[in-house]
Amino acid sequence: MSEPLLVVKGLTKRFMTGGGWFARPRSMTAVRSVNLTVGRGEVVGVVGESGCGKSTLARLILRLIEPTEGDITLGGTRLSGIGQAELRRERRRMAMVFQDPYSSLDPRYTIAETLAEPFRVHGLPVTQQAISGMLEAVSLPASAALRYPHQMSGGQRQRIGIARALALRPEFVVLDEPTASLDVSIQAQIIELLAALREGFGLTYLFISHDLGLVRYFCDRIVVMYLGAVVEVLPDARAVPRHPYTRALMDSSFAPDPKARREIAPLSGEIPSPFNLPPGCAFAGRCSRAVEACRSASPPLTEEGGHAVACFNPL
Amino acid sequence: MSPLLSIERLSVAIGGVTLLDDISLSLDRGQILGLVGESGSGKSLTALTVTGLLPLIGGRIASGRILFDGTDLASLGPAGLRKLRGGRIGFVMQNPMTALDPVQRIGEQIDVVSRLHLGLSGEAARARTLDLMGQLRIPEAAAVAEAYPHQLSGGMKQRIVIAMALAGEPDLIVADEPTTALDVTVQAQIIQILTGLVRERGLALLLITHDMGVVAQACDRVAVLYAGRVAEERAVDPLFERPAHPYAAALIGCIPREGMAEGSLKGIAGSVPPATQFPPGCRFHPRCPHAVDICRTERPLLRETPDGGLVACHLAERIAG
Amino acid sequence: MTAPSPVSSALPGGLGVLRAAFGRPSGAIAGGWLVLIVLGAIFAPLLTPYAYDAQVLKEAFQPPSLAHPLGTDEFGRDLLTRMLYGARTSLSVSSVSILISVAAGMTLGAAAGYFGGFFDRAVTAVADLTWSFPEILIALILVAIIGPGVSGTMAAIAVAYLAQFARLTRAQIMTLKAETYVEAARSLGAGHAHILFRHLIPNALAPVLVSAMLATGDAIILEATLGFFGLGAQPPTPSWGSMMSSGSALLFKAPWIIVFPGLAVATTVIAINLFGDALIAALDIRDKLGSKP
Ligand SMILES: Nc1ncnc2c1ncn2[C@@H]1O[C@H](COP(=O)(O)OP(=O)(O)OP(=O)(O)O)[C@@H](O)[C@H]1O
Ligand SMILES: Nc1ncnc2c1ncn2[C@@H]1O[C@H](COP(=O)(O)OP(=O)(O)OP(=O)(O)O)[C@@H](O)[C@H]1O
Ligand code: SF4
Ligand SMILES: [Mg+2]
Ligand SMILES: [Mg+2]
Repeated sequence: MSEPLLVVKGLTKRFMTGGGWFARPRSMTAVRSVNLTVGRGEVVGVVGESGCGKSTLARLILRLIEPTEGDITLGGTRLSGIGQAELRRERRRMAMVFQDPYSSLDPRYTIAETLAEPFRVHGLPVTQQAISGMLEAVSLPASAALRYPHQMSGGQRQRIGIARALALRPEFVVLDEPTASLDVSIQAQIIELLAALREGFGLTYLFISHDLGLVRYFCDRIVVMYLGAVVEVLPDARAVPRHPYTRALMDSSFAPDPKARREIAPLSGEIPSPFNLPPGCAFAGRCSRAVEACRSASPPLTEEGGHAVACFNPL
Repeated sequence: MSPLLSIERLSVAIGGVTLLDDISLSLDRGQILGLVGESGSGKSLTALTVTGLLPLIGGRIASGRILFDGTDLASLGPAGLRKLRGGRIGFVMQNPMTALDPVQRIGEQIDVVSRLHLGLSGEAARARTLDLMGQLRIPEAAAVAEAYPHQLSGGMKQRIVIAMALAGEPDLIVADEPTTALDVTVQAQIIQILTGLVRERGLALLLITHDMGVVAQACDRVAVLYAGRVAEERAVDPLFERPAHPYAAALIGCIPREGMAEGSLKGIAGSVPPATQFPPGCRFHPRCPHAVDICRTERPLLRETPDGGLVACHLAERIAG
Repeated sequence: MTAPSPVSSALPGGLGVLRAAFGRPSGAIAGGWLVLIVLGAIFAPLLTPYAYDAQVLKEAFQPPSLAHPLGTDEFGRDLLTRMLYGARTSLSVSSVSILISVAAGMTLGAAAGYFGGFFDRAVTAVADLTWSFPEILIALILVAIIGPGVSGTMAAIAVAYLAQFARLTRAQIMTLKAETYVEAARSLGAGHAHILFRHLIPNALAPVLVSAMLATGDAIILEATLGFFGLGAQPPTPSWGSMMSSGSALLFKAPWIIVFPGLAVATTVIAINLFGDALIAALDIRDKLGSKP
């Protein structure tokens, strides 16, 4: 790995929900003791199923929400220790592309206004040429500047979201399922674009997705999450998974190749409620390799040659 | 013997705009036909037409016909269609969240289908409901039957909707993107359940999806729709091996898979135009890397391929060969 | 998958919405009537040869005629003239007070919805409390405190509708706050002021302004009611309410004195409501306007 750009230590977020006249608030841990390092220029993927805490992790890292515990350091600055004013200045160095291209653009802003916003926020001048240049970088015509979001397709809007994120030339970009709501044909366009921009601007990505196939295609290293915790870190896209959950994820994604058809051994059992996690490994109830220890103690994440896994009985 | 479902040169219009143009498909018992295409290509519209729900959204059949087990659906009338739908034709709608009544218990919603279509008594219907839920591997079926929809996960709700579609002992199931909103592990479960039903009971399944991976895993044949027309219709293996239509090839190329070199993922430039702006000639020509002059003016007709498929491309032979 | 939205013309801006509202038959008739009344009020001195306070006692109680199209009152003053000047009072008092009410209500509601916490709970509690009293009661109490007259009436109306605008704005801001574009702005480094004034308030404005328009209709009635009780504009300044008040004693002798101001109030309020409805339809915001139970 190259020099680390982002270092996350022991990051935890507990949400309190409910609570009112008669109900006591319930606490749920959306992200639990996550350690993560992203090297400069790297693309690190985060995969996991809906509700496992991917977006929460993204928001925590960019300090859009405050962590319950843990430390975040970006390029030497301890983000988790600074005040709001300084944080707002630091935001120039990081950016986020959001999952939903429909609600991530203000419907009252023209595209030009949306793209000018990052500059305005930091009191920087912005010119017509700059806007055209930003549009060009994401392969949109300069004429798009005067349109409104509702006049554009999902894929075009997501390009705008990417252009806005890159406006101030950040070093670090979090991509939160940037293609999840798009057709596969459009997804492929966006992925191509992201790869080109990474090359062009020397960006570092944290790429969040629920699609293991996509992450294995696009990312250098892969972090697998299950119910708020990291269960495995694959050192490269070709690494053979050792955690039974990663294996199950891989077996569940279908290759577009009828020759690769296989009997699926689907996971049995339900995902436990995040409000009421069983003791031990959170995956034990669905795992075919579970042993005695899995149901009583939670397996620690142990690393070996860059490949980390949290399992008592790994593959 | 004639196929169970046969769609013949079907065109469908809503408000004067032709949205499905000359679609022909057929499906036999024990077979799974995949229907793929990008958003807006007309997949759901085909499903609504087959299940007789077209009038509900203000559409009408402009030409062509749909034969179900030899009967023309148009000859049935609203009452006959209602009897067929939920009975011999089960429909799994695109959005499981809206298919369930939020204020009725799950069990009652499934019961009512077999009471209505099979004439079962309350007790027999509940027994059948629990049996179906068991077949769909719903744990603690009796408890789930007493729950309300909002208490269930998305994957569980989708299984309930499938149970409802099965309750009337259908011969044909039309499933419109039954797994799009679900996680991959749950998607794998649902697809396995559906293919199992087809193999074991000889059901016919029209499986609508935009995921070529799901098609490759589950289907026997596949029809690729583009802008309201059939681009290619073939058995799954040859389609993936030697796609004859450039659009089918491009769709397959869009899915990242194991061992793919970086930079080899190719999107399809542009997007499906809205129905009022379909171009003349081949509707795919503005996005097609092979397009030549004739593609811009002449509509390519569906032609037979040597392996018994259909393809609508002027250059099909050249591209496949 | 959601289908790509059809490419349509630009977002309807202020003028586009007005045009769309006027495009509906009910909107056109109602809007036309309102324009007529407003023009009448503005150009009153040019439209009539009389002064509103010119008493000609020998011409008292004249029924409508060519010289006095709407007749004269008990002091022989021309009724049409007084109606036009009365429109000035009624319209300006009600619209200015609603404007004050909107400005204050939006500020309170936006701050409460955005910052939440104790301030929000306090604003909500007070708003809920005043919400449960009829506007007329609040207005009467306030006039009793401040004293009758134009400024008392304006303050009374402004306070009476404050809760409505504070609640509506708060609800708007609370939903808009969760939009991804707000989080996107924060991720870019935007501060509270930028998010409030550049994103939240502009997006919350349309429903608040339409409900302000509808409230103006109610305010005209409230103003007329206060005027009827003699608590509004003081003589000789005419207002529709005070004209009806003096006409009520003469209902059988000279019915036109009360009928015409009454008709003016009724038609104006109906026109405002119809036009408001057309605006709601043009803006497509019916679901955003909660109504008072
Ligand atoms: N503000 C919040 N208050 C309470 N609970 C929350 C909040 N935000 C997220 N959660 C809960 O935290 C869990 C993790 O949510 P998160 O959005 O991070 O999941 P995700 O992995 O991004 O899922 P998806 O793939 O659906 O986007 C969920 O159970 C969610 O309900
Ligand atoms: N009720 C309707 N009125 C007018 N046009 C409609 C209506 N329903 C669908 N359409 C149009 O018909 C075309 C096909 O729509 P359809 O819903 O069948 O697409 P789809 O292939 O199912 O797409 P998706 O993947 O988004 O579900 C689209 O252009 C759509 O805009
Ligand atoms: S007909 Fe022409 S434009 Fe259409 S798919 Fe074939 S080559 Fe491409
Ligand atoms: Mg998420
Ligand atoms: Mg559809």
